[in-house]
Amino acid sequence: MSKKVQFPFPGLFKGMWLTLKTMVKPAPVTMYPEVQEIPVPRARGVIALDVDNCTVCMLCARECPDWCIYIEGHKQEEPPSKPGGRPKVRATLDRFDIDYSLCMYCGICVEVCPFDALYWSPEYEYSEGSVSNLLHNKEKLTEWLATVPEAPSLESR
Amino acid sequence: MNFWLELVLKLVVVLGFVLTGALVVIYAELKAGSHMQSRIGPYYAGGRWGWAQPLADGLKFLQKEDLAPAAADRTVFGWAPYVVMMSTLAIFVVIPFGPDMVGRDLDLGAYYLLAISSLSVLGILMAGWSSANKYSLMGGLRAAAQLIAYELPLVLAVVAVVIQAGTMSLNGIVEAQSQTWFTVAGLEISAPFLIKGQILGFMIFMIAAVAELSRIPFDMPIAESELTMGYLTEYSGIRFTMFFLGEYASMIGLSAIAATLYLGGYDVPGLSGNILNVVGPGVMIFKIAILVFIIIWIRWTWPRLREDQLQKLAWHWLIPLALANIAIVAVFKVAF
Repeated sequence: MSKKVQFPFPGLFKGMWLTLKTMVKPAPVTMYPEVQEIPVPRARGVIALDVDNCTVCMLCARECPDWCIYIEGHKQEEPPSKPGGRPKVRATLDRFDIDYSLCMYCGICVEVCPFDALYWSPEYEYSEGSVSNLLHNKEKLTEWLATVPEAPSLESR
Repeated sequence: MNFWLELVLKLVVVLGFVLTGALVVIYAELKAGSHMQSRIGPYYAGGRWGWAQPLADGLKFLQKEDLAPAAADRTVFGWAPYVVMMSTLAIFVVIPFGPDMVGRDLDLGAYYLLAISSLSVLGILMAGWSSANKYSLMGGLRAAAQLIAYELPLVLAVVAVVIQAGTMSLNGIVEAQSQTWFTVAGLEISAPFLIKGQILGFMIFMIAAVAELSRIPFDMPIAESELTMGYLTEYSGIRFTMFFLGEYASMIGLSAIAATLYLGGYDVPGLSGNILNVVGPGVMIFKIAILVFIIIWIRWTWPRLREDQLQKLAWHWLIPLALANIAIVAVFKVAF
């Protein structure tokens, strides 16, 4: 033999010792449906919507890399603030759907929203039996707003 | 007792033992493997700790369609799993679980074991050849090539035991291990061959046995990452179940051989006669369990060797060491 013989010891037995130690240690497993894992407060679980803040500017829908945000709205005239003034025109949101079967959780929509209408929520239990049911409407997105953690104050950052 | 009644009884006991044993070993593999990887493994099947997982898996396999490729050699394809299963079951004919708890105590027991246990390679080669699939063929050929590596060390390791025991009958080998080795202060000490200087032989036997089982680190014939399970690729349904059970049953079989040859078999120092017939099976199952656990443990720890590395290991190390072992054992046998 020209090559030097590599003796496989003690490496092989180091591995054996490691697996034995791992076997007798309790496995760090959360038994999910019975025990709920508590995600970290700022976990990116799902995107929640604050309807009141939305101005139907469509920035999020346009920036979305896989076009999973569907927005529809209409202009609505409101009475002028002073008598004799020009009537106000206000954009109203009719539809705000996010298709979570397409969403890749990049968070660009949250970043790009100029009026803080979109938030990350740590909620994660929204699986569905059918892919088509993953298209969630603005009522559902508003429900998740309740789970959004309070933003830390500027001083504490 | 009537010959036929006895035969049927023995068959039922052996079948029951081997098949339940295989299920238990499958469960142990699932559980031990999971915990070695910081997982929990089967948990819900059967209500507690997933004890029914192997049963559920088996039932699922049985419900699957028994497919055969269009180009397959159907007869050979159909018989291959049964050849593998038979060679495994036939091991248990001669394994003694007590002085009288043995299917048939052949005079050439050890020889019979070696012959019958390597028959499974024939089944594997049949499966690989008849599947009409390149992966299966490669797997079958690798299994045949592997035979060249492990069969010789296996035989040579057993030869050393046979020389030391002076008999090929497995009951005889167990009795040779229960005989008084030396006497200390009036206490008669007997020891299994593992302690009586067969450590090297035992290690060679176990390495060769793992290679014969084609389990990691010697699972080149089924290597899922290269051959997509090799000779098993085209099998489904009950035939796959046969291969699967056969693999685990032969783990028990080879562990039983090793326990008999090296660990003293059913023997408990200080006991003899009818008590051993009662205690023996338990002792034997305990020893088998330890060896099976070691095989599982190795599987979840070590990486796979290449085919040429196995050949190198066998021909550069195992065979010379086995020959040296025979020489040493023979010298001691003659000298003392």
